[in-house]
Amino acid sequence: MSRNTVQTTVKKKSQAYEIWRRFRKNKAAMLGLIIFSIMVLLAIFADVICDYDTQVIAQDMEIRLQPPSAEHWFGTDLYGRDIFARVVHGARISIIIGLVATAGSVLISGILGSVAGYYGGRVDNIIMRVLDMFLAIPGELLAMAIVASLGSSMTNLLIAVTIARIPPFTRVVRSSILTVIDQDYIESAVASGSKDSYIILKHVLPNAMGPIIIQATMGVGRMILTAAGMSFIGMGVQPPVPEWGSMLAEGRDFMRYSPYITLFPGLAIILTSLSLNLLGDGLRDALDPKLKN
Amino acid sequence: MAKYVTKRLLLLIPILLGVSFIIFTIMNMIPGDVASLILGDTAPQSAKNELMAELGLNRPFWIRYIDYVWDALHGDFGLSYRTRTPVFDEIFARFPTTFKLAAGAMLLSVAIGVPLGILSAVKQYSALDVINSVTAMFVSSIPAFWLGLLSILLFALKLGWLPSNGADTAQSFILPIVTLSLPGAAEILRLTRSTMLEVIRQDYIRTAKAKGASNAAVIWKHALKNALLPVITVAGMHFGALLGGSVITESVFAMPGVGTLAIDAIRSKDTPQVMAAVLLLATLFCVIMLIVDLLYAFIDPRIRSRYSK
Repeated sequence: MSRNTVQTTVKKKSQAYEIWRRFRKNKAAMLGLIIFSIMVLLAIFADVICDYDTQVIAQDMEIRLQPPSAEHWFGTDLYGRDIFARVVHGARISIIIGLVATAGSVLISGILGSVAGYYGGRVDNIIMRVLDMFLAIPGELLAMAIVASLGSSMTNLLIAVTIARIPPFTRVVRSSILTVIDQDYIESAVASGSKDSYIILKHVLPNAMGPIIIQATMGVGRMILTAAGMSFIGMGVQPPVPEWGSMLAEGRDFMRYSPYITLFPGLAIILTSLSLNLLGDGLRDALDPKLKN
Repeated sequence: MAKYVTKRLLLLIPILLGVSFIIFTIMNMIPGDVASLILGDTAPQSAKNELMAELGLNRPFWIRYIDYVWDALHGDFGLSYRTRTPVFDEIFARFPTTFKLAAGAMLLSVAIGVPLGILSAVKQYSALDVINSVTAMFVSSIPAFWLGLLSILLFALKLGWLPSNGADTAQSFILPIVTLSLPGAAEILRLTRSTMLEVIRQDYIRTAKAKGASNAAVIWKHALKNALLPVITVAGMHFGALLGGSVITESVFAMPGVGTLAIDAIRSKDTPQVMAAVLLLATLFCVIMLIVDLLYAFIDPRIRSRYSK
């Protein structure tokens, strides 16, 4: 018994190490990891870098619409608020939405997808047909209707983008589960009399994890883009909260003479989602070297 | 084949019923009563009650839903709460704009993505391949609405070459179509590149080369045909998604499309209008997916033989 445990832990460690070794060699992926880590650090230490009440929210009409300068690195917006401070605090909101919404949809899709894929037959049919209904509704419109019904706020935006992401994600999980389910080791686990929940958690999911992790990583970037788009048209985080999408919406009317108001939040969105795409690409190559072209 | 198509079309019925129920429920949850939204908060309560009765909104949820489905099955999708005109009047007036946008963006994505993807695969690891891959990665990280804003700034406001909004002339479609097509073009480029690379390594390509076929013939006749299959699926899915997913781009360019109509209707709790728009988009999405599957069978004899069984 104890010998068995030791062996599995050793094997797991070496596999994770092997993946990390392959990942580390990929310069683009490491760049993605570094950029995303910086963004996360900015989000965590946003309060240390700039004070929320005095710099992010407080308005000062005397210094409105100022171009970038030594004092205000990214300039000031139409209410005289420092754009740099708002972009830094915006990282907090966008990254929280991206991570929490992805975690939520991965969790729910993980359960739905593995149940559908593992049991097959009728259960699979019911779950997938219901998801087909959601899939047929344009995702943005579904998310907007949900935000409209719950009210515009960060939490409700989070709920809406999570729900809208569940149907496509469940398909990924299910098809990934289906590639594992025929394997001999699953059959022997069933034959040895293990409980279904144990088999799914211990044997099926760990082996089907690759595509799910890749989709999740890329999903964070996509969530951030979607959430920014929704806030941009006023169906998400509400002003004066410094969300990148709603900052773009505020700067829109001043674009001609003060383009920096729309430039910097946009660059922040691009940098974050680019880093996650690089990270996801690198993970794909590291998790499954066969896929690498 | 006919049996398969019939089955798929019949499957539309439960899907649309489900879609209608989901949207009807969500719309019902939107706070605020329709009468106040139409007449204003200050209108007398008696007028509000009268309007609610006229619109049939004083009845319970289930009755209203069953009533809606019954009428819809008879071809009556109701009147918009705001304009009091049949809901499909407004949708059909706006649909050409949305369709042109989606079709134009899809075609442009394919026109950019496929040739560049092939070049990247054929000249793998060349400077061109690296530039293509980096650009594709970068473009797919840009939010389309931001690209739209910047293109308005550059081409409409600074240079004055193209109109910044509306859908009156062909020129006004250029910026939105380009904006919408770029993320798709990036995805199609990456997909074409990777499937092409996979195909190039197959035995039948080696055979074709061994029998002395020219490089061009191998690429165009043997490799491309096989590599394009997944590209067709993705292009079709994009088209379906673009029909319902150009909402934000439509609003950036102030284009009167179905998407902007749907958001306005959601904001004013105009349930019949939202229902009609979503049901139309959902039907189109399912039909496009069916066409993609059929196209697949049409191109690939291996799949065609599976249907005839």
